[in-house]
Amino acid sequence: MSKVIYIFGDDISTDAIYPGRYMATVLPTETPQFCFADYTELNKKLVAKEYPAGSVIIGGNNFGCGSSREQAASTILGHGLVVITKNYARIFLQNAINLGLNLITCPDIEAEPGDEIELKGDKVINKTKGKEFSTIPLPAARMAIVEAGGLIPYTRKKVVQKYS
Amino acid sequence: MGMTIVEKILAKASGKASVKPGDVLEPEVNVAMSHENAALVINQFNEVFQGTNIAPKVWDPERIAIIFDHRVPAESSKTATNQKKIRNFVKANGIKKFHDIRSDEGGICHQILAEYGYIRPGYVVVGTDSHTTTHGAFGAFSFGIGATEMASVWSLGTVLNVEVPETIKVIVNGKFKDNVYPKDLILYIIGKLTAQGANFKVIEFHGEAIRNMPMSGRLVLCNMSVEAGATSGVVPGDEETARYLKEAGVKDKIENVLPDADAKYCRIVEIDANELEPQIALPHTVDNVKPISKVDKVKIDQIVIGSCTNGRLDDLEIAASILKGKKVAEDTRMLIFPASWNIYKKALKQGLLEIFSDSGAIIMNPGCGCCLGVHQGALGDGETALSTTNRNFKGRMGNPKGDVYLCSPATAAASAVTGYITSPEKGVK
Repeated sequence: MSKVIYIFGDDISTDAIYPGRYMATVLPTETPQFCFADYTELNKKLVAKEYPAGSVIIGGNNFGCGSSREQAASTILGHGLVVITKNYARIFLQNAINLGLNLITCPDIEAEPGDEIELKGDKVINKTKGKEFSTIPLPAARMAIVEAGGLIPYTRKKVVQKYS
Repeated sequence: MGMTIVEKILAKASGKASVKPGDVLEPEVNVAMSHENAALVINQFNEVFQGTNIAPKVWDPERIAIIFDHRVPAESSKTATNQKKIRNFVKANGIKKFHDIRSDEGGICHQILAEYGYIRPGYVVVGTDSHTTTHGAFGAFSFGIGATEMASVWSLGTVLNVEVPETIKVIVNGKFKDNVYPKDLILYIIGKLTAQGANFKVIEFHGEAIRNMPMSGRLVLCNMSVEAGATSGVVPGDEETARYLKEAGVKDKIENVLPDADAKYCRIVEIDANELEPQIALPHTVDNVKPISKVDKVKIDQIVIGSCTNGRLDDLEIAASILKGKKVAEDTRMLIFPASWNIYKKALKQGLLEIFSDSGAIIMNPGCGCCLGVHQGALGDGETALSTTNRNFKGRMGNPKGDVYLCSPATAAASAVTGYITSPEKGVK
């Protein structure tokens, strides 16, 4: 069981997730400190580790639009957040899959901050509201990367084949 | 069944006779471009080889391009250290298409790939930058990827698990009014399609207004296609493509990849260029577009001309023709970032830089500058910028308490003179 900690609107850009002025910081181990840096209160609580891993953020349409910066995926991953939104922008979605960040596509999601959420199979259950919502699974080609544990181990296998 | 340009390119790059939207392919890559974020790519690339007993080796140093532009010269010790790490990697791996912070080779990555003739029609181009869509202007399939995906490309020379995208056909007929530019057209299209209207799709540009458009304008259209969510923009190659590449020093024969007459499009959008007036994207999304006549008299603190969208020579020429003999308004500052040093030097020779400096504008070194809010021109709290760049997201110009409006270079220059958003007069060309 996880709590919803924040509700975002539509078109949340990667600049909003990880502002450009922190882009000199690239390593996944270092990016979490700047997660949603311009949402000052949210960032403060994330950095203070007030939210346990598995906490849920909810977005609208086109979450992760804009820049291809991979920090936007690694910064969320670093806090162990679960992202549930109506849909995603292409590069952000692919970056998240490549790093093994759990993105859930749930077109009809309804939730408010503090709601208790449970993920069960292909359903998102809002326990507080007593409602169930369907999710859209990733296409098979992308699932293969997730199942391999991310793009690095997936590519590593191919590299070994290539040079053997 | 007929194929679109990108379907044809992907079929060829994957060794298939034909493909259709939704097919999953592993196309070969012709050019793989990175900028300062190559520091992260190097990290991920080394990870790929970890525990394999194989020494990390790039698949083809000739096909990798690395161009410093996002933070030049380095704004922090951290960036300088990243740049140093990348330089060492470039040397160790024999990467040829490397452009350092130098006035004899440097500039914004998307301008450098174009002006050095690195792209050809039919190429598959990937870049760790969302505006890699730019190179579709050459009739290539060119799209942005993340750093880990680039590490995979460096290792294998292919992009894994590419899903063939559907294509939207945008047909632009007619002639632009003489104060309307390609930037106004693409802002109008983004407003019409919305910021996610072309998500996971390609925009293929057709029509009389596109055929009559020089490469510089086609680069603007494809550059900003990503702001409608598009995987890539693409313009069919023609005589203009060949002319530009020849001028860039390309000697090999140019073979265009053109769509079949019965190619299938998921949507067709027709636009009459005659109807367009200058367009403005209002804060804080790029699809919040209005014709300039419907925009209030907004006071501007900072005018920016530059970026991979609009820092080319013709952009500077238009701005100079408006600013000549005039002054940037009191209480307004103006920053100009030529997109490359080649452009800078041409502008210097033509006397454009003198016009700018006489007007009170600051001429910056080529690079991405303040576009992404790292350095060289942050906004103060409550300040407003009018910019020829490509994004106006909250916080984009370094301050979430600032507003960014987007426009063409002509509108930016006309507004610099008055100090508020002003339509360029007709007949400025």
